Amino acid sequence: MDKYFTRMGDGSGVYMSAEEIKEDILQGVKDAADRGKIPELTAEEMDYIFEIVTMPGNIVGVERGREVVNTSDSGSCKMTYHANIAMERSTSVLVSEKVLGADSVDIGNMDYSYKAVKQIVHNETPVMELAQLNTVMPVLYGSMPNLGLYTKPDGPVDNWSELLPMAKIDEARAAQEEAVEHAVRDMVFVAGEMYAAGADGINLDTCGASGDADYLASLLATEKIKEKYPNLGVEFGAAGEFVLGMHGKLEYEGTRIAGLYPHKQVKLAEKAGANIFGPVVNTNTSKSFPWNLARTVTFIKACSEVAEIPLHINVGMGVGGVPMTEIPPVDAVTRADKALIEIGKADGL
Amino acid sequence: MGDPFSLEVAHTLSSCMSGIRTAGDLVLRMQLAKSMRIDEAKKYVAEKLGVEPIDLSDSDRMFEIRKKLNLGRPFDLNRAPRGIEAKINIARVLGITINSVELFKEKTGF
Repeated sequence: MDKYFTRMGDGSGVYMSAEEIKEDILQGVKDAADRGKIPELTAEEMDYIFEIVTMPGNIVGVERGREVVNTSDSGSCKMTYHANIAMERSTSVLVSEKVLGADSVDIGNMDYSYKAVKQIVHNETPVMELAQLNTVMPVLYGSMPNLGLYTKPDGPVDNWSELLPMAKIDEARAAQEEAVEHAVRDMVFVAGEMYAAGADGINLDTCGASGDADYLASLLATEKIKEKYPNLGVEFGAAGEFVLGMHGKLEYEGTRIAGLYPHKQVKLAEKAGANIFGPVVNTNTSKSFPWNLARTVTFIKACSEVAEIPLHINVGMGVGGVPMTEIPPVDAVTRADKALIEIGKADGL
Repeated sequence: MGDPFSLEVAHTLSSCMSGIRTAGDLVLRMQLAKSMRIDEAKKYVAEKLGVEPIDLSDSDRMFEIRKKLNLGRPFDLNRAPRGIEAKINIARVLGITINSVELFKEKTGF
């Protein structure tokens, strides 16, 4: 029996038969449909995922004319901080534009959180100003809402992760509600400073990482940013496929936030005024790449069908069908791209 | 976070427009400015440039168009508009407001 090379969700290589791959695709689709209460992919779409997974060639690409555009998270940090190349961040923006073929990039600080950036924003804006003078493509500023940073001892509010195990539910909820106010203020402040420095957009990255209060803070900040700076684009990137109910009762425009999957998350982002939504589908490291990819495409297709704003899918380490590993293999990454665009109808990555 | 070769480079080669080598930056501008989905954004930009949407991802075709309209390009930069200069032309051609262009005009007394 012929076996095809593919991968597990942790990136390790594995050989699977056609029957095994098809079964994993089917089970991945069913898992997404069951969890999200969304339609399954059609038989033809599952066949096409099988075709993409088993295509010969190390990397694959979308059909001519189906290309999309990309945004990044901490894009200017990758060469400078992460790869430790002695390079100023606005220079890395130019490398991204002229050498790497990026459609855009975001400038971010090493401590990629709005709370941390607020303190040093006067040293961040000159980087944006210089980049804007020299760059042709859109340049955004990015950071994370990171609501957890507002808890004691680093922040002003009580730590709900300590209160919840003590069954202090009301206190934990009150602390999160207070943190929302601080986070919104910081995000709007930094957005205003970056707007004054010429930014094309603000990237609220990993919204909901601390749960539904984190997500609410991001929605409220989006609303205020668009109200104050209508020409500043807002990219609203999710933290996970499912908003954790750390608070549990928070609502936005009459919709309870906890428990929402991407196809419902996007409707809240639209209401808040976001220009681009970045849905996430998490990778299960103990399942195969075909399982993860089929599951991801099922969620993204459902999200795309209801979205009125462009979707830039998070396709990175451990999200978007990509294996959870430091150096994601390009065979898996490019297959995820092709499936997400051609079946999932993504507008960007 | 993440390895830019595995992610940004792979995405670009596999599935993305590749920025100012083609019209990727222009299409993204329409998404950021007007929340246009990909087909709508491509159609809008193509009409403004007088080409078909499929041409927008063709680096050979777009290099000539960008050169002719002074929209900025990655190479062959002798006497070519750079950075903010190119963006002034982009704002005019696409009919949109670009924040940095407005600030530049304000600071230079345009």
